[in-house]
Amino acid sequence: MSTNAVPVATEQYNYGIVKKFAIMAMIWGVLGMLAGVYIASELAWPFLNFNIAEITFGRLRPVHTTLVIFGFGGSALFATSYYIVQRTCQARLWGGRLLPELTFWGWQLALVLGVITYMAGYTQGREYAEFVWPIDLLITVVWVIYFAVFAMTLVKRSQPHIYVANWFFMAFILATALLHIFNNLQVPVAWNSLESYSLFAGVQDAMTQWWYGHNAVGFFLTAAFLGMMYYFVPKQAGRPIYSYRLSIVHFWALSFLYMWVGAHHLHWTALPDWVSTLAATFSILLLLPSWGGMINGIMTLSGAWEKLRTDPIMLFLITALAFYGMSTFEGPMMSLKSVNALSHYTDWTVGHVHSGALGWVAMITIGSFYHLIPRLWGTTLYSTKLVFVHFWLATIGVVLYIVALWVAGIGQGLMLRAFDQYGNLAYTFIETVTFMHIPYVVRAIGGAFFLSGMLLMSYNLYMTISGARQSASTEGRDAVAAAAR
Amino acid sequence: MKHESIEINSGLLIVLTLMVISIGGLVEIVPLFHIEETVEEVDGVRPYTPLELRGRDIYVREGCYTCHSQMIRPFRDEMLRYGHYSLAAESQYDHPFQWGSKRTGPDLARVGGKYSNEWQTQHLVDPQSLVPESIMPGYPWLLEDELDYSQIEARMVAQARVGVPYSRTQSEYEANVEQFGQEMADKLHVSNGVEVLEAQAAAENWDGDPDRITEMDALVAYLQMLGTMVDFSKYEDGHFNQFR
Repeated sequence: MSTNAVPVATEQYNYGIVKKFAIMAMIWGVLGMLAGVYIASELAWPFLNFNIAEITFGRLRPVHTTLVIFGFGGSALFATSYYIVQRTCQARLWGGRLLPELTFWGWQLALVLGVITYMAGYTQGREYAEFVWPIDLLITVVWVIYFAVFAMTLVKRSQPHIYVANWFFMAFILATALLHIFNNLQVPVAWNSLESYSLFAGVQDAMTQWWYGHNAVGFFLTAAFLGMMYYFVPKQAGRPIYSYRLSIVHFWALSFLYMWVGAHHLHWTALPDWVSTLAATFSILLLLPSWGGMINGIMTLSGAWEKLRTDPIMLFLITALAFYGMSTFEGPMMSLKSVNALSHYTDWTVGHVHSGALGWVAMITIGSFYHLIPRLWGTTLYSTKLVFVHFWLATIGVVLYIVALWVAGIGQGLMLRAFDQYGNLAYTFIETVTFMHIPYVVRAIGGAFFLSGMLLMSYNLYMTISGARQSASTEGRDAVAAAAR
Repeated sequence: MKHESIEINSGLLIVLTLMVISIGGLVEIVPLFHIEETVEEVDGVRPYTPLELRGRDIYVREGCYTCHSQMIRPFRDEMLRYGHYSLAAESQYDHPFQWGSKRTGPDLARVGGKYSNEWQTQHLVDPQSLVPESIMPGYPWLLEDELDYSQIEARMVAQARVGVPYSRTQSEYEANVEQFGQEMADKLHVSNGVEVLEAQAAAENWDGDPDRITEMDALVAYLQMLGTMVDFSKYEDGHFNQFR
């Protein structure tokens, strides 16, 4: 990109909002993963709870999940969706300056309030939906504005076609609205109380929560990041997407099937069998569009494989797709009732989530950001070498993490169902806890690897941005000096 | 219709996407409210007493569900370790449900009565003093902090609004007498909230300190109730299979 093009692009598009969300994504990412490494360490070395209420595992775990999903992931999605919708529609973001700014400040406020309230002990007790009801209302308002901004930008596009990435972002926005509203139906204890009770109880509440919970994965952490993938992989590869037809099938099949599978989190529970059987069936079907999408992304690089040797950004993007493929195979396998009987309630599930969350979600974001940030500031990356180092830190971190939790999860599952020769239980519960100590240590180390990569990335991006600012101000001075002469 | 017509019409894209993502939830969730066998009929399940309700609030507040499930599955090892598998009816008054998704510690669905009040209190204050290998955090503040039950009536009213049969009127009270017996119906009457809570805290010395009502009193009262409502010896083996 020539330096002349930058100010033009800035006028044509609203890049300010993209920059803000991108920076906050990095900050929340580091903080959220730090919280993750800390709670992982609490499981390995429980003295780290220090008998302090605010930092016990039970209160800090929602801080971790909220910051990485909604802080890091959410801010990254706002940033990239606002960027992509403008670039592919060739239209400036709708809503003037105000509405996109409102989504930014509203979202950040919700996150800050969330962290404070969780640590103070205010929670709805629903996984990934722990926000208390006033924050839920704030998020609803932010989301409605987000929908309006995104949809109206589509409407006023100057391109005839709506590019495929935008379909995925739109599905993500709609599904998240639907899920958020129905899973947070609560009756407050009083108008001035942060506490509330959920509208549904027991089995219906469980079903609603896991319909939400799995689709937070399906639409927040998958569909939306596929939107990111469908833009940045072709861009970075410099080639069109492998198959447009496949992306159509990918989109509709994924959107339809995902909403059915939540109940596989409730196999063998008091949920009626017909629901969990349906969920398992659709989970298996979901393998097809998931792998279709993975193939579509990876094959985009077909004919340019040598880029993997020289371009660490491409390495991140393609590895992310590989992890997407792996975890979308592992997921349907774990949704089989017989496998789930062993895996459910164990760390295998946690490992599976992280192979998706770190391997897929974080890596596709990292690759996209290394592509995006220099372009936003009209410069080049400070160091490509550091991106290589980051890639290996991240990859080693994920592998350590998921292997450790395969050992912990499958090991605990097998121990809990083992019988001795007299038909008695072979192990007490606490023996499985002792067994999991070493895997827990390795998991914490894996997380620390991943976190150190994020810190390195923050440094690299900081140097990139401050370098761009310096050269911009030098150029400005030169121009003034030239005009004076 | 060619797919291209969706690609050039944002309104159509939005409408079709909404339709496609709505179907799964509609098919799987709505019938759960209408198929009667979803929650089986069983004797003994009742709403929580005011003290138990406050204990449950604390259970939610501390995020116990992040490490403990309350849902026993129908497997031989779980039956031996925890007891009869959990019934949907047993969590029919749980707003929110606390089935959990992870067992870093054991299942708690039937922990009630397995240990003494003293054991529960000491274990919550300092788990490693009783189970040296445990990785559970200590919760010493539960014993220090007095229980706030100033809003107990508002809490019961909120629970009633979402469908738990705490009684506010005479007719609701009488319905509870019929269903749960007079003694329990008295405890479930909203305007008795404070009185009933204090009486239950005093009646059993849950936390070992008779002079104060602490958060520990409430939490231990809740834990000691878990899984004790249904008397499974009254039902034939396999009776509940028909509802699965």
